[in-house]
Amino acid sequence: MVLSKTSSESDVSVHSTFASRYVRTSLPRFKMAEQSIPKEAAFQIINDELMLDGNPRLNLASFVTTWMEPECDKLIMSSINKNYVDMDEYPVTTELQNRCVNIIAHLFNAPLGESEAAVGVGTVGSSEAIMLAGLAFKRKWQNKMKAQGKPFDKPNIVTGANVQVCWEKFARYFEVELKEVKLTQDYYVMDPDKAVEMVDENTICVAAILGSTLNGEFEDVKRLNDLLVQKNNETGWDTPIHVDAASGGFIAPFLYPELEWDFRLPLVKSINVSGHKYGLVYAGIGWVIWRSKDDLPEELIFHINYLGADQPTFTLNFSKGSSQVIAQYYQLIRLGHEGYTNVMENCKENMLVLKDGLEKTGQFNIISKDDGVPLVAFSLKDNSKHNEFEVSDLLRRYGWIVPAYTMPPDAQHVTVLRVVIREDFSRTLAERLVCDIKKVLHELDSLPSKIVAKVEEEGEKNGSVIVVKKSALETQREITTIWRKFVMDKKKTNGVC
Amino acid sequence: MGLSKTFSESDVSIHSTFASRYVRDSAAKHQMPENSTPKEVAYQMINDELMLDGKPRLNLASFVTTWMEPECDKLIMESMNKNYVDMDEYPVTTELQNRCVNMIAHLFNAPLEDSEAAVGVGTVGSSEAIMLAGLAFKRKWQNKRKAEGKPYDKPNIVTGANVQVCWEKFARYFEVELKEVKVREGYYVMDPVKAVEMVDENTICVAAILGSTYNGEFEDVKLLNDLLLQKNNETGWDTAIHVDAASGGFIAPFLYPELEWDFRLPLVKSINVSGHKYGLVYAGIGWIVWRGKDDLPEDLIFHIDYLGADQPTFTLNFSKGSSQIIAQYYQLIRLGFEGYRNIMENCHKNAMVLKDGLDKTGRFDILSKDVGVPVVAFSLKDRSRHDEFEVSELLRRFGWIVPAYTMPADAKHVSLLRVVIREDFSRTLAERLVIDITKVLQELDRLPAKNGGEVKNGKKSEDEIKRDIATHWKKIVMAKKTRIISCS
Repeated sequence: MVLSKTSSESDVSVHSTFASRYVRTSLPRFKMAEQSIPKEAAFQIINDELMLDGNPRLNLASFVTTWMEPECDKLIMSSINKNYVDMDEYPVTTELQNRCVNIIAHLFNAPLGESEAAVGVGTVGSSEAIMLAGLAFKRKWQNKMKAQGKPFDKPNIVTGANVQVCWEKFARYFEVELKEVKLTQDYYVMDPDKAVEMVDENTICVAAILGSTLNGEFEDVKRLNDLLVQKNNETGWDTPIHVDAASGGFIAPFLYPELEWDFRLPLVKSINVSGHKYGLVYAGIGWVIWRSKDDLPEELIFHINYLGADQPTFTLNFSKGSSQVIAQYYQLIRLGHEGYTNVMENCKENMLVLKDGLEKTGQFNIISKDDGVPLVAFSLKDNSKHNEFEVSDLLRRYGWIVPAYTMPPDAQHVTVLRVVIREDFSRTLAERLVCDIKKVLHELDSLPSKIVAKVEEEGEKNGSVIVVKKSALETQREITTIWRKFVMDKKKTNGVC
Repeated sequence: MGLSKTFSESDVSIHSTFASRYVRDSAAKHQMPENSTPKEVAYQMINDELMLDGKPRLNLASFVTTWMEPECDKLIMESMNKNYVDMDEYPVTTELQNRCVNMIAHLFNAPLEDSEAAVGVGTVGSSEAIMLAGLAFKRKWQNKRKAEGKPYDKPNIVTGANVQVCWEKFARYFEVELKEVKVREGYYVMDPVKAVEMVDENTICVAAILGSTYNGEFEDVKLLNDLLLQKNNETGWDTAIHVDAASGGFIAPFLYPELEWDFRLPLVKSINVSGHKYGLVYAGIGWIVWRGKDDLPEDLIFHIDYLGADQPTFTLNFSKGSSQIIAQYYQLIRLGFEGYRNIMENCHKNAMVLKDGLDKTGRFDILSKDVGVPVVAFSLKDRSRHDEFEVSELLRRFGWIVPAYTMPADAKHVSLLRVVIREDFSRTLAERLVIDITKVLQELDRLPAKNGGEVKNGKKSEDEIKRDIATHWKKIVMAKKTRIISCS
């Protein structure tokens, strides 16, 4: 069709993206552009910029699932336009959520009849789940104190200092005091004895963690339960337990079924678990289960009708996608008990491979336990010359993202590196990682040590040697840069060959 | 391969799903099954059950986006496995969020320099956004009262009774009293005059809605601002305004740019908007923007480092997907001002087509205004024999999901039907809907009236007789329909 077109018209439909003028303009960062751009150009430009993000599957910092089967991806994509909250319009999706709640409640040994519906809900993650659980405890405690005619303005919650930030958020946003049991060197989880000591009549609950973020350890919930039962008998307070099983909830039932940490313990009233961690679903799904109806005050539940029919709602979020709920149900029936057990056993095996490989280098202390969440937390035996943050930095060059961080009080002097073993981290990758860590150690050995601290000390002693300090630092930096270049160039030569 | 296999072995790899034994098992409802299921079977079983859900695109109850371009779907699928909160690992995704915040803040005329970063954050929806905004107001007010040595245990918030449920949740969960301005027949949004009267020294803010859920109307934020300024001058209180622009935030700037409702008004300190409504992204994204740093108390922001680097976080949710944020940025640059404006104009025109069609039937009162969110809210002129809930039910048979509901207090006697016009609701569909509504009205005319009053002693058997007749007629009508379908 040889109609005469103006130049801009042919630009849009004929030119390939990289031939068009769109790749010469800067993308808007502060204001919307006046004009539209072709969809292919929009896709390409954003896609290209995103190439500079880290590779999710090499992100060993995260517990959150980074791979699912293609069949599940299909289900996810076809439900991407379903707003979960339209319960009346999508009754099957709503029922799938209910089935997941039932299945997970049974997994946690909730005291239910065969066909009794469990009390629980799907959330966007463990943060929301924990806030809902905390709200339920707070409201229950307030009602109890009101009935007894006692003051109810100073609720508190007892946890370990190793809690994930969402507990601190809960405490600050919902005005509950956080009473943290401090950690000690070599004991990086909440001590049940100390926790129970801290309980007073304003304590709305004690929160135990099954799978500490820092080193994957399971807290001793049974011991906590027994001590707390004792204290409740003595004081007459009814202090309950919440178990934050964000990571551990989908591990313990498969790898350690005899471990008593769930509703088998009478004081455990609610449990949260992240579907997007070892529930093996992409980011965006968590679950909170209550022991029974009595543990969830009715006044927290809203009933609305403006989407056309009565629907009860007790979540912080309202509209959200349905994909992750459907994906969770897929995993539960696709894998079943045997599938989850196999996946967790594989994770544990590969964790041990990594751990052994690191131990054999002779340069690391292993801080994580064998039992617990499959991760390896390790620190340098000797961090006088180089520290874990440098190891983490250098590993990035190989593509690995391995975070380094400090322990919470009172163990802030301890720094660790942590590798999380997810479903999609095979033995091959574990062996490769050990290889690359050895290379990094080798590189560090050939670099001058970071002696900034020493120089600073001297500077302070003398008082007026700011000038001296600066040039020493500069010299240090120059040397480091030269060595780094040397090492990098060596690499390049090897690469080309 | 002629190896001898047991039945169950060949079952898994050879039999097609519907030939296998799996389709004879009941789906797991209470307990996890002991064994695994092949992935094709798992996919098929779930996919098939989901066929019985309503069709999202025919769900006219919802404001939330149900269609995006395939290019965007591609971007969404590729970022499905990125956990947004890993800011250090995904710096580009984090930056895309920041760009969205900047662009939306500018859209709302936030007082910013050209390259100044706006204060705001992406959320999972307007519910989270509103809770964050409310938290900021509550904390600011508490700090102010503490400094003045006054009590700070009874905060309240003033809104209209037409607020979406998330405000009631915020009030109940965060222990703030909700002081609602009642609506009345003919005036279904918050009256600014009454609202300002209700403000007292414990009021943390007044919340105005741009695009009421019930009938799409925009509240008069300018009048509210002016009256509140006056009251603040008289009393010395510093009561601020939050605008819940969940629906209206992506409509007003394009269709009604001269309407002053945003940061152009000095008392507006924060605004929320749903990216997944007229931001044209799938469910799961909202935005909250504050006027300036001072409006967001620093002690609400957390700094964590255990994913490896310092990251500030002020959201209720932590881990979540990145897809919707990337999709929002895609829409903002793909469409630009002209694209959004075209879409909103199309929605508005199609809403008028639907409204006129309904008007012409002569049977409906239109409760929505022309200016506002493109919805058509309508109620029956004559509700003596049948009501809106029946119309809604009969429409389902044609595939349409059109909800019927009652107005909030004090207009609970008013019930209505509401159709939301989204981007993907074309004129063709609007005309088809009018035809189907006309058919429904004809059916209802043939059916006996719904006897919905109290049941007195003598009336019971009359009721039964009427029900029998209704059922009989319904059967005849249904049989007629079936015959037509099987003929074609």
